[in-house]
Amino acid sequence: MHDFKYARPASLAAAATLVKKGGADPVFLAGGQTLIPALKMRLRKPSTVIDLAAIKGLDGIAEKKGKGKDKGLTVVVGALTTHAAVAGSKLVKARIPALAALAEGIGDPQVRHRGTLGGSIANADPAADYPAAVIALHAEVVTNKRSISGDAFFKGFFETALKPGEIVTAVNFRVPDKAAYMKFAQPASRFALVGVLVAKFGAEVRVAVTGAGASVFRVPDMEKALAKSFSAAALDGIKVSPKDLNSDIHAAADYRAHLIGVLAKRAVEACG
Amino acid sequence: MPRVALTVNGKAVTAEVEGRTLLVQLLRENLGLTGTHVGCDTSQCGACTVHVNGRSVKSCTMLAVQAASSAVTTIEGLANGTELHPMQEAFREHHGLQCGFCTPGMVMSAIDLARHNPEADETQVREWLEGNLCRCTGYHNIVKAILAGIKAMLGNAPRGKSAKSRGTSS
Amino acid sequence: MTHQPNPTGIGAALKRKEDPRFLRGKGRYTDDINLPGQSYAYFLRSAYAHARIKKIDTRAAKKARGVVAVYTSADTAKLGGLPCGWLIHSKDGSPMKEGKHPVLAEGKVRHVGDPVAVIIAETLAQARDAAELVEIDFAELPAVVDMAKAQNKGAAAVHDVAPDNVCYDWELGDKAAVDAAFATAAHVTRLELTNNRLAANPIEPRAAIGDYSSATGEHTLYTTSQNPHVIRLLMGAFVLQIPEHKIRVIAPDVGGGFGSKIYHYAEEALVTWAAAQLERPVKWTSDRSEAFLSDAQGRDHKTVVELALDKDGKFLALRESTLANMGAYLSTFASVIPTWLHGTLLAGQYTTPAIYCNVKAIYTSTVAVDAYRGAGRPEATFLLERVIDLAALETGRDPVELRRLNFIQPHQFPYQTPVALVYDSGNYQATMDQALKAADYAGFEKRRQAAKARGKLRGIGVASYIEACGIAPSNVAGALGARAGLYEAATVRVNPTGSVSVMTGSHSHGQGHETTFAQVVSDKLGIAFDQVEIVHGDTAKIPFGMGTYGSRSIAVGGSAIVKAMDKIIAKGKKIAAHMLEAAEGDMTFENGAFKVAGTDRQKSFGEVAFSAYVPHKYPLDTVEPGLEETAFYDPKNFTFPAGTYICEVEIDPDTGAVEIVAFHAADDFGNIINPMIVEGQVHGGLAQGIGQALFEHCVYDDAGQLVSGSFMDYCMPRADNLPSFNVATSVTVCTHNPLGVKGCGEAGAIGSPPAVINAIVNALKDYGVTHIEMPATPQKIWRAIRSAKKK
Repeated sequence: MHDFKYARPASLAAAATLVKKGGADPVFLAGGQTLIPALKMRLRKPSTVIDLAAIKGLDGIAEKKGKGKDKGLTVVVGALTTHAAVAGSKLVKARIPALAALAEGIGDPQVRHRGTLGGSIANADPAADYPAAVIALHAEVVTNKRSISGDAFFKGFFETALKPGEIVTAVNFRVPDKAAYMKFAQPASRFALVGVLVAKFGAEVRVAVTGAGASVFRVPDMEKALAKSFSAAALDGIKVSPKDLNSDIHAAADYRAHLIGVLAKRAVEACG
Repeated sequence: MPRVALTVNGKAVTAEVEGRTLLVQLLRENLGLTGTHVGCDTSQCGACTVHVNGRSVKSCTMLAVQAASSAVTTIEGLANGTELHPMQEAFREHHGLQCGFCTPGMVMSAIDLARHNPEADETQVREWLEGNLCRCTGYHNIVKAILAGIKAMLGNAPRGKSAKSRGTSS
Repeated sequence: MTHQPNPTGIGAALKRKEDPRFLRGKGRYTDDINLPGQSYAYFLRSAYAHARIKKIDTRAAKKARGVVAVYTSADTAKLGGLPCGWLIHSKDGSPMKEGKHPVLAEGKVRHVGDPVAVIIAETLAQARDAAELVEIDFAELPAVVDMAKAQNKGAAAVHDVAPDNVCYDWELGDKAAVDAAFATAAHVTRLELTNNRLAANPIEPRAAIGDYSSATGEHTLYTTSQNPHVIRLLMGAFVLQIPEHKIRVIAPDVGGGFGSKIYHYAEEALVTWAAAQLERPVKWTSDRSEAFLSDAQGRDHKTVVELALDKDGKFLALRESTLANMGAYLSTFASVIPTWLHGTLLAGQYTTPAIYCNVKAIYTSTVAVDAYRGAGRPEATFLLERVIDLAALETGRDPVELRRLNFIQPHQFPYQTPVALVYDSGNYQATMDQALKAADYAGFEKRRQAAKARGKLRGIGVASYIEACGIAPSNVAGALGARAGLYEAATVRVNPTGSVSVMTGSHSHGQGHETTFAQVVSDKLGIAFDQVEIVHGDTAKIPFGMGTYGSRSIAVGGSAIVKAMDKIIAKGKKIAAHMLEAAEGDMTFENGAFKVAGTDRQKSFGEVAFSAYVPHKYPLDTVEPGLEETAFYDPKNFTFPAGTYICEVEIDPDTGAVEIVAFHAADDFGNIINPMIVEGQVHGGLAQGIGQALFEHCVYDDAGQLVSGSFMDYCMPRADNLPSFNVATSVTVCTHNPLGVKGCGEAGAIGSPPAVINAIVNALKDYGVTHIEMPATPQKIWRAIRSAKKK
């Protein structure tokens, strides 16, 4: 990799200052499981790598009651919480078992020991698992500057609503009545070839798909059908158009479109 | 150049490294601990697996500076003199290695599994090894060795305390 | 030689001698070696598949921090090209077309990854930094990727010497007899298939360190090689023109090879040459991305096969036509793989009386293709075992019964095939029966129904393979175009106190020779296992060697050790006879003691060894002191391991995902030295064969870019992709080597791909599916099911 300046600020404020002074292309380092391979391949050439690890309060899992008209519970996951910590959390397993299971399926054990929620969503890999949870679980992405609705967070291929220097500090996942995540893994990388998270909140159902398009997306036809009748059979006959879906050596768009249907049904069945 | 201080196999070490120096480079090149291997550049093969603060990580996907103040255990830190760690012994007993190149990473990963899930069955062992590639053994004997190694580790420590089995750093 | 059971001898499942060092992280692989004053090489490689090099400007790179030297073909063009070790003649008698394979690209690049320049610096990071400053002006040429289109008029030529990109057009067999048999056949089954291109991917990437002593003029190369003497010969004689006595090649611990570390590579020659230019060590270590662009790959055949049967199902003839991809350059053994190691295996285990095979080798703008575990034999076995299964399907026969009907029978050995080989021994019914029993073949339909109730499609597949191992009788190989002999050498050195050092030309990179060879010595000399040291991998220590590949180590290398031990025993008898004042002719050697036949008078092996080195009261007028013997063993024939594999799969019809639910292997490897190690070899081969069948594929796009060029896209089998294997062996002894062994290294990779694909096709039989190409990915299976549903 190219050489860079390494900084390890102890506070969000110090990190923000470093960004201002950090030269042409500063980059934040969380768990590094995507960034470091990219640096090794010389795909990125940052002037400064700002390691967030020493900033207190960015990891940990808690729950809180919703405010205002939305009285629902949310599970708050700190941005630097590792995938392994989410997967192993008693609280997450109790409140949103689908989220724990999703985290358990990211990468491999060693990646899960280092990789973080904040790093994953800020990177916005179209085949990452967490984006499906952010969308389907009505999440709110909290940064050092503001709070962003999950629905507005992912903007496209490796693109988010984050502004330069903005740091994700936590993600609030709304606790659903039921939810399940089904993933069909790309065989080599084990990223999601297609991943579908189905979540039910009272009368509302959300179906979020990752891996299949340039960025995570919802399937309104499925959501409407499931809102009417929350059963796998309700999805019969609903086709997802392969138009705009990804095609690569592992799966053409039509196969991905087909898998969305299969996995959505299986997710509904898994919801029980 | 940044200076990094950490504990490796129980010994305090310091080294001058570049920001871009990987933990595996620090181990292999600065400290001469060549038992930790590099088999890929996309964080998949797991030949570089070591323990950092007691959990298995890929030392090729961690900067040396990120390991500052951490306790790192490598394959060289497992055996007690000439006596192999029970997991090492199990790999020998069950022919869980051929060329030996993936072996250090496999053993480090397996010990983490033993502490993480001492009741792992064959399926769980196979799933745990998602991050460790072997091209020689077809995994058959590695899986056998790990199941036996976990049992042996449990046998060496009261149940529940197996997580602190000898030779690891946490 | 009679002997009592030896607990550390032949047949014992001993734990391996090499394990403690590997398990403790004390192995010594090439990249673990660092020499004083070492510099680091980084190869700048072509990003284009085919381009003319108009200009290279290295001035800025040469001035960069830490840079020691930058070399291009301007510096290395005087060096020889990397040679190919086997000359194949086309059917018209013309020799194959060989373009120069330069160490650094000369004038044009021929594949993505072709090295153009090398940057040598104080650190690797500095070398890579400086590489970004090298400016190369390329004029892109059309890439040659598709083998069929490569031969078209107007297609670009990879090498000027082969304007139609055909390296050779080779044939084997009696075409007229085959055509005649087809004309009268009751049934003809025809199948087009692809044998997918693979990357060997040993987990240790290649590495090389060159060193040079101006004091002695000696060059030393540390390298990740399966055959250090072959590298010394090829590099010294053909590339660098350095006499062998001034080159030492060391292949220390090597982390797997599977064929890909047989060949002499440009990086080895370059670091050796540069170390002498710079008078300091030069080290290069490949990373995985680089390995995908520079290690020779395997397989890549496009084949049409036809099988003619009579009305009873007896095979009348087999006809095969194949395009074999050579890649951009002829790698060391590339030419022999699709020819003599492929066409000669087409009889399989069957009595097919007439066989004809035509192979066209094609140059393309891709990485060189050479032997990968099995090398030609997996390709032959795959097409044969697939076409037999399809014939069974078409003629309504059970695939097992069709095979049985055509098996060579035990009484027919030695058996002359119509494709040049003479099988010495085998019992194909026995391995078939063993596999069927293990798999409960008879009970399969019940399991299929149970799976159906769970919504899964279950299939069973059988494949019976044969391989020719222990390459090769040198006279035969020479007549067929080999540019080297293929014997093996060994020195057995009995030390004065009775311990033994064995210097073998075989090379262990996972096979456990330090253990198995020591067992052979312990067995034959009756000495303790821990008194035997196996030394390999260093041309300065070992007399000579052809190395390890083609499952030849125990059959050829082991036989050389036995031959040397026979000389030791013969000399020991002379010494012991003198010590015991007996006639040499009355001496016997058993259980580690020289005895006077019919008496209780004896001398131990240790006493005789000591006497040889302290030759007091010694027959110095007729016997030299010392006890050390060297032998070269040239095999009398190939060996012919064979077996039957049975695979059971379950397919999820909604996604096309395949799970291997059971895998049974029944092999005949002849005598077995260490059953634990043999089982391990089979497991590993099975994983690679299953990897080929289900997961692995080097995919090039039309521009010649390797799309699956990392572990992110090239799917290596993982633990959770594979089942536990059920393996068993039975024995027919090899008749022509002293150990009666056949070799076991490649069998798993040869027999398993057709077993897996046969199982998948069987699972899909209700959909009318007749073939699935490898790798049988979920998407391919889903498409096959979907197109059947549409019909």
